[in-house]
Amino acid sequence: MVELLKLFLIFFKVGLFTIGGGLAAIPLIQEEVVVRGWLTTAEFANMIAISQSTPGPIGVNVATFVGYSQFGPLGSIIATLGIVAPSVIIIIIVSKFLNKFRKNKYVEGVFVGIRPAVTALILVAAYLIAKVSLVNIPLYESTNKLIDLMDFGAIIMFLVFLFAINKWKQHPIFYIVIAGIIGIFVF
Amino acid sequence: MIKKIKESIYVELFVAFFKVGFFTIGGGYAMLPMLRKEVVEKYNWASDEEMMDYFAIGQSTPGIIAINTATFIGFKKKGVLGAIFATLGMVTPSWIIIISIAAFYNEFSSNAYVESAFTGIRIVVVALILNAVIKMGKSSIKNWYSLLIFLTAFALVAFINISAIYIILAAGILGIIINSLKEGAQVNG
Repeated sequence: MVELLKLFLIFFKVGLFTIGGGLAAIPLIQEEVVVRGWLTTAEFANMIAISQSTPGPIGVNVATFVGYSQFGPLGSIIATLGIVAPSVIIIIIVSKFLNKFRKNKYVEGVFVGIRPAVTALILVAAYLIAKVSLVNIPLYESTNKLIDLMDFGAIIMFLVFLFAINKWKQHPIFYIVIAGIIGIFVF
Repeated sequence: MIKKIKESIYVELFVAFFKVGFFTIGGGYAMLPMLRKEVVEKYNWASDEEMMDYFAIGQSTPGIIAINTATFIGFKKKGVLGAIFATLGMVTPSWIIIISIAAFYNEFSSNAYVESAFTGIRIVVVALILNAVIKMGKSSIKNWYSLLIFLTAFALVAFINISAIYIILAAGILGIIINSLKEGAQVNG
């Protein structure tokens, strides 16, 4: 019971600091699950991929997934309620002041600082996943050869996909499915 | 009785947002067309302009945009209870789908083929997130101080493990200061 309340509060905190859309929740959830030792970065990256390929907002899906991984179905419901609760409370308050809120100079100011910071936080999420998927740190630490640090196959695949995503702009599911198929044959 | 429940506005709110959650993959802007169809065209709960306003405010308030928009419309139609029903409608598809997949995932994640597939998929997750960062960066990093905030925030979190929440709080305060200094400069200049 206490554990579930804690789970609710963790995701309430994530919801409160998720600013600029669901993707901004990713670095916050990542920090919570990795610091608590709930999941490895690789496991969390798998959850991101599944959450991006299934219906529903990605932030809600990731929260549901993480909640389930710790406390089963009840955990998933509690985690989701936690992440949406701040939205419901804040929007109900803001609804009353709608336009005043948007034009308020402090609100505007907050976003001058938060937008670049949130961009950096999302980049950190990518950086942490890159550390477990594009380079081989354990091998490098055992041999100390820089050449062993690079996972060339993975890096080439990463660059090709980054180029393709930018150029053809298909839905993420498209790239995730292709990468999965390549993965089965190559890794 | 059943007819009465079926026609209740709460049920309508739940069902409409359930559909939006169920038929959009990815959230955010991907959700807009479906949301418009239900909220503007089918039920007339808001005009196109109002929808855009909700969406814009949903982006500048804490929380997931999809949830913020659902709460807005639910609250406008039927107060606090309406907001709750709309939000629950929006998250219920995620519960059903993710719980089914999660049960399946735990069973199969140690399978060699599934493991190999995810090794490939994680590489693309990095590319997808990086691509989102590049797109966001084009609008969020426009001058020297936003670049400085971006670089400092990245270094503090990636290399010194400062908690993301402190970064958000500090960046917000810094933003207010920068904005007032700019205004002051405009008045004096």
